[in-house]
Parts: sequence; C-alpha cells; structure tokens
Amino acid sequence: MLDDFFTRAIIAGIGLALVTGPLGCFIVWRRMAYFGDTMAHSALLGVALSLVLQVNMTLGVFIIAAAVAGALLLLQRRQTLSTDALLGILSHSALAIGLVVAFLSGIRVDLMGFLFGDILAVSVTDIVVIYLGGLVILGVLAAMWRPLLAATVNAEVAEAEGMRPEVTRIVFMLLLASVIAIAMKIVGVLLITALLIIPAATARRLSATPEQMAVISAGVGALAVAGGLFGSLRFDTPSGPSIVVAALALFLISIALPVQLWRARREA
Amino acid sequence: MDAQSGHEVLVDVAGAGVKRDGRWLVEGVDVTIRKREIVTLIGPNGSGKSTTAKLVTGVLKPDTGTVSRKPGLRIGYVPQKLSIDWTMPLTVRRLMSLTGSYPKAEIDAALAATGVAHLANAEVQHLSGGEFQRALLARAMIRKPDLLVLDEPVQGVDFSGEVALYDLIGKIRDETGCGILLISHDLHVVMAATDTVICLNGHVCCRGTPESVARSPEYLSLFGARAANALAVYQHHHDHTHLPDGRVEEADGRIVEAHEHVHEHDHAGHDHA
Repeated sequence: MLDDFFTRAIIAGIGLALVTGPLGCFIVWRRMAYFGDTMAHSALLGVALSLVLQVNMTLGVFIIAAAVAGALLLLQRRQTLSTDALLGILSHSALAIGLVVAFLSGIRVDLMGFLFGDILAVSVTDIVVIYLGGLVILGVLAAMWRPLLAATVNAEVAEAEGMRPEVTRIVFMLLLASVIAIAMKIVGVLLITALLIIPAATARRLSATPEQMAVISAGVGALAVAGGLFGSLRFDTPSGPSIVVAALALFLISIALPVQLWRARREA
Repeated sequence: MDAQSGHEVLVDVAGAGVKRDGRWLVEGVDVTIRKREIVTLIGPNGSGKSTTAKLVTGVLKPDTGTVSRKPGLRIGYVPQKLSIDWTMPLTVRRLMSLTGSYPKAEIDAALAATGVAHLANAEVQHLSGGEFQRALLARAMIRKPDLLVLDEPVQGVDFSGEVALYDLIGKIRDETGCGILLISHDLHVVMAATDTVICLNGHVCCRGTPESVARSPEYLSLFGARAANALAVYQHHHDHTHLPDGRVEEADGRIVEAHEHVHEHDHAGHDHA
C-alpha cells in the first residue's frame, strides 16, 4: 500500500494536519499568524545552511526557526521597534539570506520544491519522521495544555497563580519550530502558515471550548489534506496549493453554516 | 496596630522599588498583608497601584527592597485588564478551571456565590462588564486562595452592583479567612470592611484605617477636601444587603424588591438611584 506515492502523500499529509490543527489554535488565539509566517520563512535559510554544512535538513530548519524565534524574543525585550516591524525585518531577511546563501554556495537547489513543497515525493522515512515527531509534539502540547492555555488567556494571572508563562511560551515556540521543520517538505515554506491558521479558524465557529476547537481543527486539516490531494489528482493541479485551497473552501463553508444550531446543541 | 496584627503574615513588601527605563514606577513601598486582613490601595492614575499589586503576586520582581511570601502561598488574582480574544471559544464554566481543575459542584457553588450561576454556559465574550467581573471573582476564589488580589474589581459595575460586590468581597474574607489586597481606582469608594488603606503616589503617602487616612493631611492634599466627605460613604453599618439579582435583603432577613426597599441611613453624601 505504501508503494503508492499517492497513498504515502495522504498518510503524511493527514499526520501533519493532526499536529498543525491544535498548534494552529494557539497561533490564532495568541494572534501570532505573522510570527508563524516569519518562522516558516526562516526555514529556507535553514535549508540553505544545512545543504552547505551538510547536516540533516529537518534538524537544520528546526535550529534556524528556533533561533529566529529566540532573536525575536530578545528584540521584543528592548522594545525599540514594534513586534510587527521586527517580524517584517526577520521574516524577509531570513528568506533573502537563505536565497543568497543558496546561490553563493553554488548548490543547485530546487527552490520551488522548498517554497511550495512536494508532498507527492514523500518517502516512508518521511512518514515515520512525521508520525514520531507529531506524537512527540502532541504529547508535549497535551502535557502543557493547561498552563499554555492559561498563559494565552492572561500571562499575569497564570504567573500570579503559580505557573511559568515565560517557560510555556518558549516551549510553544520550540514546538512550532519542530512542526515547521517537519511540514516544510509537504506544503513548503510559503504555505505552512495556511495549514496552521485556516483549519483553526474554520473550527472556531463550530466549537464551544478550546479543547473542542483543537480537535475539530485537526479534523478539518485532515479533511483539507484529503480533499486537496484528490482534487490535485483529478484536476492535475500542484498538491501543496491544492490542499490550501481545499482548506479555504472548508473555511468558507464554516462561515456559511447556520452555526447557532450546532452550538446550542453542544452547550446544552 | 489593629485587630489584624495578631494574624499570620501572608506577604511582606519592604522598601520595594521598581525601575523601568530609568524611572521609578514605585519606590520605598511597604505593604504587609495578613490573614483575614483587607488592605486597600488607592491613589491617582500612574501612582503605582497595579505595580505594587504585581510585586505582591510576584509577577514583578523588585529592583530594590524585598518581597517575602509565606511559603506555598496560594494566590487568586483578578487582573485590571483581561480581554479574551474572540477567536477563543470559552464558556464561563471553562474559564473557572483555567489554572486548576475543580468538580462541577464546586464550580457551580462559586458561580452561585458571586451571582452568575445562570451564566455558566455563556461565552465570556458575551458577558457584560459587571457579569464578567463576577465571573473573574468566582474564578479567583474557587482556588481557595490564602490571598486574593483584586485589581479594580468593580470596574464596569454600576453603583448598586458596586455595593453588592464589596459586600461579597467582605463576605469572602469572613467565610474563608483569606487576606485580600484590593485596588480601587475610585478614590471615593473605600469600603468599611477595609482594615488598612494605603494611599500611593509613587511612594506610600499615608496609611491607616479608612477613617484615619481620610483625616490625614497627605490624603487631603492629594485628593482634595471633597474626597474626605466621599470617604464617609461606606462608613455606615450596612443594615441590608443588595443581592446580585437586584433584590435587597433587609437586616431582619426579609428579601424585598429593590423599589420596595427604603434607605434610611442618617448620612448625607450619596443618593441611591
């Protein structure tokens, strides 16, 4: 069964969506969409550097994404520029430096492959990495769910009542860096954020609690992956963008639904 | 000092100062909160009330001076500002277990105590200012804290609601024996149940019982003579209780509708609408 590239793509994509769904909820709640984008863009620098230094690419991307997150935390403390501007600087310079490094090193890189991903080229090893990595990420997320949620609602309350919001925040950024490292091959640098945000936004109107939203978001993501891949097979469109288009379609449907009914039933 | 001095000290802030960008937000602040004591911080905007509260809760570390807490001190905190992003689906019931999990019965009891039991399944974004404050108070007290820190707990609450909330806060103290640090931006409202008032203006201007602070020259120069009259508002003994649903419980236990209830206090200084 795993011999078929299409089956591998679906398995890999759904595995990724199950992780990006819950994680993406926090991105939406914490208004970090642009931050996720910045980390994703820095992934390209990670790719270029790991090619030059000949280290494992997933590891290289993780380290650079985490480093960019750390740089942002430090810059934010100095409070010279707004977070918005800082993100703009980090995001595009990381992307540009990545392109320059790749060019200078003379390595022939399939840029399109990294910008938009190639889920159809996923190997069995990739699937193992996605599911093992995904399990670890979801495990950590579940373990720190309450403090992370409390810190998201109000960091001061969390800290006054004995939690460590600063620590949970750093752990969350590391989780984000890992999911970006894992996801890059599948949807690519430019579309990772879409898989984090759109399913979460879709789940919002269908959920009555944060936990429901995380679960529904994972489901919506998986549905978008399946729908997008079948669509790309049917219409011969590029797979990564097709997944995002499918996610968008689900989002639009969720807006159109008469959701009051759903929720009234759940809250009862 | 006063009746509280025999009780165990929960938090002791001694000579504490917080400096940001070369400016002292507060300096030389001494605050001691004991079990069963209600300490109220008052002062103008920017006088360091919230900063002092954050020193007490440990959210801020002092740049000078010391803050010592009873080991294992359990704090319940109602912050001055808490806005919950619309993107997070959060019912009042779920809000209650934000920093710990509690059985349903306890959650219902806490919500009933603050008068918002009927809103348990409502989304927090749909609550009015007063309802939200009550929900936040319920959330802070369900922790059975040793110390409740309430940063402007009556904001967005109308006058009769304010009285009811202050009565409730006094009742929480009486029933649980916790210490309470209260911050009031409303200089004219310092409740009778307060044991110690600390008047801040970057430093401690004056402190004492509500009566003694009202008469102190520092307080008068900071807030003007009119403030001294206003302080009298809560210096009467309550012979009735405003219930959260708007009805009134008389001293003899009768519960009457608000319009049937007649205020017969012998002080002039406020009007009940």
